[in-house]
Amino acid sequence: MARNAPTHPVDGRYGAYGGQYVPETLMGALQELEKVWHEAKADPQFQLELAGHRHAFVGRPTPLYAATRLGEHFGGAHIHLKREDLCHTGAHKLNNAVGQALLALRMGKKRVIAETGAGQHGVAAATVCARFGLECTVYMGTEDMRRQSMNVRRMKLLGAEVVEVTSGTKTLKDATSEAIRDWVTNVRSTHYIIGSVVGPHPYPEMVRDLQRVIGDEARDQYLSVDGRLPDVVVACVGGGSNAIGIFTAFLDDKDVMLVGVEAAGKGVKTGQHAASLVGGRPGVLHGSYSYLLQDGDGQVLPTHSISAGLDYPGVGPEHSFLRDIERAEYVAVTDAEALAAFRLCTRLEGIMPALEPAHALHHAGVLAREMGSGGRILVCLSGRGDKDMDSVEDAARAERDQ
Amino acid sequence: MKTATGSLEQALRATGDLKLVAYMMAGHPNKRRSIEAGKRLAGSGIAALEIGIPFSDPLADGPVIQRAGQIALEHGMNVAGALEVAAAIATEGVPVVLMTYINPVLAYDPRRFAAEAAQAGLAGVIVPDLPVEESEPVAGWLRAASLDTVFMVAPTTAEDRLASICDRSSGFVYCVTVTGITGVRKDLPPGMKELFGEVRRHTQLPVAAGFGISRPEHMKSLRGVADAAVVGSAIVDEIDRGGDPVALIKELLKGCR
Repeated sequence: MARNAPTHPVDGRYGAYGGQYVPETLMGALQELEKVWHEAKADPQFQLELAGHRHAFVGRPTPLYAATRLGEHFGGAHIHLKREDLCHTGAHKLNNAVGQALLALRMGKKRVIAETGAGQHGVAAATVCARFGLECTVYMGTEDMRRQSMNVRRMKLLGAEVVEVTSGTKTLKDATSEAIRDWVTNVRSTHYIIGSVVGPHPYPEMVRDLQRVIGDEARDQYLSVDGRLPDVVVACVGGGSNAIGIFTAFLDDKDVMLVGVEAAGKGVKTGQHAASLVGGRPGVLHGSYSYLLQDGDGQVLPTHSISAGLDYPGVGPEHSFLRDIERAEYVAVTDAEALAAFRLCTRLEGIMPALEPAHALHHAGVLAREMGSGGRILVCLSGRGDKDMDSVEDAARAERDQ
Repeated sequence: MKTATGSLEQALRATGDLKLVAYMMAGHPNKRRSIEAGKRLAGSGIAALEIGIPFSDPLADGPVIQRAGQIALEHGMNVAGALEVAAAIATEGVPVVLMTYINPVLAYDPRRFAAEAAQAGLAGVIVPDLPVEESEPVAGWLRAASLDTVFMVAPTTAEDRLASICDRSSGFVYCVTVTGITGVRKDLPPGMKELFGEVRRHTQLPVAAGFGISRPEHMKSLRGVADAAVVGSAIVDEIDRGGDPVALIKELLKGCR
């Protein structure tokens, strides 16, 4: 199935990006992880086991869905949605968590830690830990625990300990820092399941390898439905795992445009956003060199997005590479635009998207209008929107009060 | 003022007594008071002083140093300001080593950072999130400016990496005694003697112990094992509470002899 063999990373790098900027204490664990991952990837037994869990536990393959009413609304273009919202637990995050849990078992590590923003990765980690009998601790910022309270309850029911992170911006960035500090302290007994294509090598590569199933499936499905490929593939980008997951299968299809959609928050010009590739410059955060929202002194800036899953100042190093070589294009979509797309998709398709892919849906609409009735657009619908009810209602209330 | 190459190495080599290295954060609780604290520490009998440059996301630091960094950042501290703080303290004659995460250095420009640190009379630089594999070209600029490049070994460092870490280190080798982040601990872990013994097989440089060290009895247990001990969080905590870190140094020095 993996027809495209990605050319990167080379020595842990995607062009200038990536690397392993971590305390010495973690270097041994990263080297072990790289070795174990490459062995597992080449092991037919591991792949068979992973495929079995993907099928019966995650619910793969997820469908490719023709969003005809959205297409009509935007002027007649063909819009297809890759339904990662139909994965067990409600988002693509489980693809990665299942693979890494199998890896933790392979390494004999009984404890798992994870960071979470929207809570979807935290829920995925807690879910696989319940399934495979692993101890689970999830780090989550105070602010995110408030706006994603349902996911906090889910994690606790699944048996995970949720540790509230009160430092810094109290969101995903600080939850990630705290998870890394836990890992530095407990590295011998603990596997850290990073939720996105970020962090030190080999995480961006390993998470991509586990998420590329999205694009591998979608490409086959698209071809079998239409006999040809889409003109453009659109996905939201926080750390960027669903985007890398769907882009990877299309990297060699030079005529297929790849577009990553970041969170413009209240507008990139206001400074209250989370668009690292659109509004940042390269730097080091959480172990890798990549585009980063930082001030002139190299201090990481606070971010804003209505979507907790995109509210992160960094981005995966492979996206930085794809941006620089101009294989993918990156744009930013505001809170208000994402909310409008959320409502539109809910009303026209009966599919309530998470606020994260609602950013991608808005941009798909922009592209559809540009391309007209011949346009062929594939969108990664990375997760479902139940978790965002409070945020959407709060936003509606704020609009009414204005 | 330019520190002669080798001064850090000389200052930290144990001579019967264990040498003491103090850590403080530039700009904590503010710029002026951090210079005052540094000058007092410089004259307190320590062998060298580490000065931290604050960073928004310090992955290797526990709550005390995180908080000090946050306060320093809120008071506008940055690389340029920290170089001024360090330069003012270095005039007291104690070897000064900067401890900084890599991103502020990259943002400042590593070449300019190295040149200005040397100009300020500083002895060396420690970057806790820059393992040897990632250390060039930054380490090259530091060496070119005759600054010592101090790398860390940890209890989890494999034998095959020890040689390259020790090779690239100058001034001293920083041996992280605990598997974890900075912050005071009641007891130091067992197995330290073995770790230091292993490190010494790969280097003639002085070997300093750091992380978790805060008490005179820790000093006693490190005497004859390490050349020097680095005390950070305990000193930063004392400064944070408006206390006198020199009194703490005097206590710790008793354990060094």
